Amino acid sequence: MSSHHESILREPLVTGENITYSRVTEEILVPVENKPNKAWWIGFIVSVLGAGLWVFAVSWTFWFGIGEWGLNKTVGWAWDITGFVWWVGIGHAGTLISAVLLLFRQNWRNSINRSAEAMTIFAVICAATYIISHMGRPWLFTWALPLPNQFGSLWVNFNSPLVWDVFAISTYFSVSLVFWYTGLLPDIATIRDRAKGTRRRVYSILSFGWNGSVKTWQRFELVSLILAGVSTPLVLSVHTIVSMDFATSVIPGWHTTIFPPYFVAGAIFSGFAMVQTLLLVTRKVMNFENYITMFHIESMNKIIIVTGSIVGVAYLTELFIAWYSGVEYEQYAFLNRVSGPYAWAYWIMMTCNVISPQLFWFKKIRTSIAISWILSIVVNIGMWFERFVIIVTSLHRDYLTSSWVMFYPTWVDVAIFIGSIGVFFTLFLLFLRFLPAIAMAEVKLLLKSSSDQAKQKLIREKAVDQVHAEYYLESLEKYDSVSPKVAEFQKV
Amino acid sequence: MSNIKYILGHFEDPDDLMHGIDKLQENNVDIYDVYTPMPIHGIEDKLGIKRSRLGKVAFGFGMTGTITAISMITYMLVIDWPMNIGGKPHFAFPDFIPIMFELTVLFAAFGMVGTYFFANHLAPGRAPRVMDLRATNDRFVIAIDAKTNTAHDQIDNILKEAGAVEVKHNERKYVSYE
Repeated sequence: MSSHHESILREPLVTGENITYSRVTEEILVPVENKPNKAWWIGFIVSVLGAGLWVFAVSWTFWFGIGEWGLNKTVGWAWDITGFVWWVGIGHAGTLISAVLLLFRQNWRNSINRSAEAMTIFAVICAATYIISHMGRPWLFTWALPLPNQFGSLWVNFNSPLVWDVFAISTYFSVSLVFWYTGLLPDIATIRDRAKGTRRRVYSILSFGWNGSVKTWQRFELVSLILAGVSTPLVLSVHTIVSMDFATSVIPGWHTTIFPPYFVAGAIFSGFAMVQTLLLVTRKVMNFENYITMFHIESMNKIIIVTGSIVGVAYLTELFIAWYSGVEYEQYAFLNRVSGPYAWAYWIMMTCNVISPQLFWFKKIRTSIAISWILSIVVNIGMWFERFVIIVTSLHRDYLTSSWVMFYPTWVDVAIFIGSIGVFFTLFLLFLRFLPAIAMAEVKLLLKSSSDQAKQKLIREKAVDQVHAEYYLESLEKYDSVSPKVAEFQKV
Repeated sequence: MSNIKYILGHFEDPDDLMHGIDKLQENNVDIYDVYTPMPIHGIEDKLGIKRSRLGKVAFGFGMTGTITAISMITYMLVIDWPMNIGGKPHFAFPDFIPIMFELTVLFAAFGMVGTYFFANHLAPGRAPRVMDLRATNDRFVIAIDAKTNTAHDQIDNILKEAGAVEVKHNERKYVSYE
């Protein structure tokens, strides 16, 4: 809809002067077409060291068994499933941004969807490694699949949420991968047509022979829309099913019907926080300030405050329902969470997830890059503790008082967790190096309708209501959404 | 002159491109195809391209997934090896819904994307049929078959008047074979 102009009152999604289609291509491809800078190398080396630690710790686990972890006979799930649920939750933002925001026609998704989807895929990979490594005998993972076998073909129990989870996570991973890669094709073709020699040959294979004809684009748009349509319920189903791993059990503290919506809100919350953590650094290091603007940062912060508040309501509801149920086991489970030996973890969770994100009600804080970045990390810490609290505090004091214990992680637990972060960042940095971190074709779509330069042009031509134009210019300065230079340029 | 296979009109702006298509159509010049770095909304109607049927394909594959899931689970848990799980019915339909849903999505997504790749000849390693290298970057290119539209000078003029920044006469169909 190149000739369509959106309301002048909306904030611009692309800032900067003299942005042309070729400049979009060039600026976004700078990290792909040039040798990486020092910041990239430092990050990459640190991440690879982390990934190495992961390989070592997981190999150790496979060699000596999961007795090397801090688990005991009362606490049978701890850091492993905490890590799994944490990563799956982080992996929700990508599809949310690319699918749900597409269905709602939120154009600000165009410049952040690509990297968020990549992040999703890498986070789900990290989650899947936890699944495999917590199995104890990982080479028997095929037992989770409905395959014919020598036990008279004893099938998997399809009534079990753990089997649903196998299907949910694998479907989610593969559909996200397809969604991401299909979206990448036009951008890979752009790299291909600018490259020479071996690079051209490699990107040519990766581009699947994309040529950008009318029919290709027409079908591409429909495919994207339908994939978004099926991914939206999919992304909601995944964390719902993850929450059912707990909710369908009869453990006090897990057996609650609020879990599905509460987990989904928490997943969106932590996913957006991770997107924020990564993109605030990426936009600075890669000079993407014109494409990932203050408006994007603020929008994401608003989603963080909404989902954080939903999570907060869920925490309070859980406490209320535990009391209201009249079941003494349920009541004790929550009393123990709030004031037992793991109270410190519970209150870290409460502070990081519910209290500190409320700071985003202040516009000053919401539009401060440094504070947004710090708070996004605080949210991720909080969300890790949320899963830890749910899992460990519900287990460590069971029905038999003599088996009450505490959980202490071993170095293997810690190394696998830190290592999985290393794996994640290694994959993410490789993505930044070899593939465009912003969907170029989709940003080009915004150039004539939602960019600052298009709006400034309309104002200069006096094609819009003068009052609206003044409001637009005023809000640019008031909210600091664009570089002051552009605002300055307009005043002249 | 006779060696020219395709005439390419380069535009810098999608609105000019649309204008160019209108002008060519007014003069009864057939357009072979249009190559753009981004989707252009409304261009299909202008070129008379029919609505894609991929939505129906996705629905068909999705239904296949649903049926696959329900029949697989029913065969395994009800017919082949029924198990007493807490005295509950073997055909525990509510428990089957999550996997039926997941397989519906899985089949729909893979079936539709596979069909899309097949229909548009997209496959890893396929030689890109590109007429101009800038069509994936910053140029909106109209391609006109020079063999069937012989009034080359007239076409050049129409394109330039419509705002084309460059008109190329290609002697080869695709540049990317070089």
